[in-house]
Amino acid sequence: MKGFAHSYPRAHINTDEIIPARYLNIDQENDLAEHAMEDIDPDFVKNIRKGDIIVAGEDFGCGSSREHAVWALRGAGVRAVIADTFARIFYRNCINNGFLAVECRNVSEKIQTGDELEIDVKGGEIRNLTQNEEYTFLPIPEFAQEIIDAGGLLNYIARKVN
Amino acid sequence: MGSTITEKILARHCGRDMVKPGELINAEIDVVMCHDVTTTPAIDMLAEKGLRKVAHPERVVIMPDHFVPNKDIKSAEMVAKIRRWAKEQGIENFYELGRHGVCHALLPEQGHVLPGTTIVGADSHTCTHGALGAFSTGIGSTDLAATLATGELWFKVPETIQFRLNGKLQKGVCSKDVILAIITRIGVDGALYKAMEFTGELIDDLSIEARMTICNMAIEAGGKSGIINPDQKTIDYVKARTAEPFEVLVSDSDAEYTAVFEMDVTDLEPVVAFPHLPSNGRSVSEVGNIAIDQAYLGSCTNGRIEDLRIAAQIMRGHQVAPGMRMIVVPATSDIWKQANREGLLDIFMEAGATVSAPTCGACLGGHMGILAAGERCISSTNRNFVGRMGSPKAEVYLAGPGTVAASAIEGKIADPRKYL
Repeated sequence: MKGFAHSYPRAHINTDEIIPARYLNIDQENDLAEHAMEDIDPDFVKNIRKGDIIVAGEDFGCGSSREHAVWALRGAGVRAVIADTFARIFYRNCINNGFLAVECRNVSEKIQTGDELEIDVKGGEIRNLTQNEEYTFLPIPEFAQEIIDAGGLLNYIARKVN
Repeated sequence: MGSTITEKILARHCGRDMVKPGELINAEIDVVMCHDVTTTPAIDMLAEKGLRKVAHPERVVIMPDHFVPNKDIKSAEMVAKIRRWAKEQGIENFYELGRHGVCHALLPEQGHVLPGTTIVGADSHTCTHGALGAFSTGIGSTDLAATLATGELWFKVPETIQFRLNGKLQKGVCSKDVILAIITRIGVDGALYKAMEFTGELIDDLSIEARMTICNMAIEAGGKSGIINPDQKTIDYVKARTAEPFEVLVSDSDAEYTAVFEMDVTDLEPVVAFPHLPSNGRSVSEVGNIAIDQAYLGSCTNGRIEDLRIAAQIMRGHQVAPGMRMIVVPATSDIWKQANREGLLDIFMEAGATVSAPTCGACLGGHMGILAAGERCISSTNRNFVGRMGSPKAEVYLAGPGTVAASAIEGKIADPRKYL
């Protein structure tokens, strides 16, 4: 998959920033999407194009367990998040939604906003087509990949239960 | 090689003699906790996927707490939907307004937390319940839906970091100061994906409520769970609340830890975490002159009866400083009633504070105490991220209940020890 990068190289971008709690009386993805990242970057929703990729520093998605954070990003058009590291619950929520979260250390300093990236999920490689660089990451564990391939945990379970 | 308490609990819940860190398992879940914000998406997902029946309705505990008493039409509709669904599913553990409370204060108080069990809750602070020797962790709405449908959930068995806490606390220093000091040392991702096992002389001395404050903030160091080996205090606390049988599991003396962290708390002062991370802790004597607009006493971290007692002892006979406002939110209905019987609420009200019904409200910038741009709040809660309690231009300083009370009196961040 290919997309253009939006770089937020800071560490500890938390779920309160990704979708503030004042919008948690909303549970629909499209409505949440209007407020994605607004306390960090008021122009985020305006600037994001469908298929774009967020690139961030360490511990992305820390804090509240609100899955609304994943939905707000996906609803805004974000196709994947690449981060140096992820907070645990956010990472789980990504897998469970079949939303691509790629952990790749030290990459946040290298990728610039506007760079065109190609992610080879199974091969564990990010190609920066703008800067002509490659970064490798540990492939997503097989079990998690099965959930992602099923389109999320609920699809995976529904198949087994029904 | 022995096992940690976390490994033992997880092994028993996936039908194995032993599990090792890094293994992927499906664990049976004993208690599934749901609140108003994260549950409606799970209900929709289950309906959409044709997963119509909750596997074990008797294991589900529901407590609307974030936006109650409902703050607007949208939040009222969310709770109405959960109420209808609970009835359809035959879920009897539904804590309606008046019997309600902040989920992590209510769950153990009402006897739903047993040593040796597995608990998941669609809220990050579900790690609180490890204080009673359970494996307890926060999950999102999809995990919640999956657990409701199947009664089990997948986990990677976490590595455990042991925190050996030695020495005795000075008067006026509390368990909140200890956990803020730990997070300041290791950072907000210092225990990422790990189980944080707290042990040592300090833990032995602490009450169950004070232990809950410590485990509550495991997530603020990135931890998967916080946990404490049960002792006689734990057993007494649980038996006073439920007749359900339980098995006490504890870590073996030769259990393997990925790291050991030691701290002596003897010289620890009250700690204040500066904006905008819980790891920005400073000793209260090094804070300087920080004027405050609002003091907030409540939440799953420090809204229990002992916290209210600590604050009331300091506030008795004093007034909230002019130009300052103080909000007190007992975390559950039973705590509210107990505080009322003990005269604590009178002390707060006479001092010029206001006392509200139990709610998570202000802690997450939901309602009942939102901050305006430029305002500063000293808060007994657990997070001080940008925008956490309202405006992204407001500031939140985290502290223990005594420091919150002393600061309310002085209108600036103040040391509680001079009032004791």
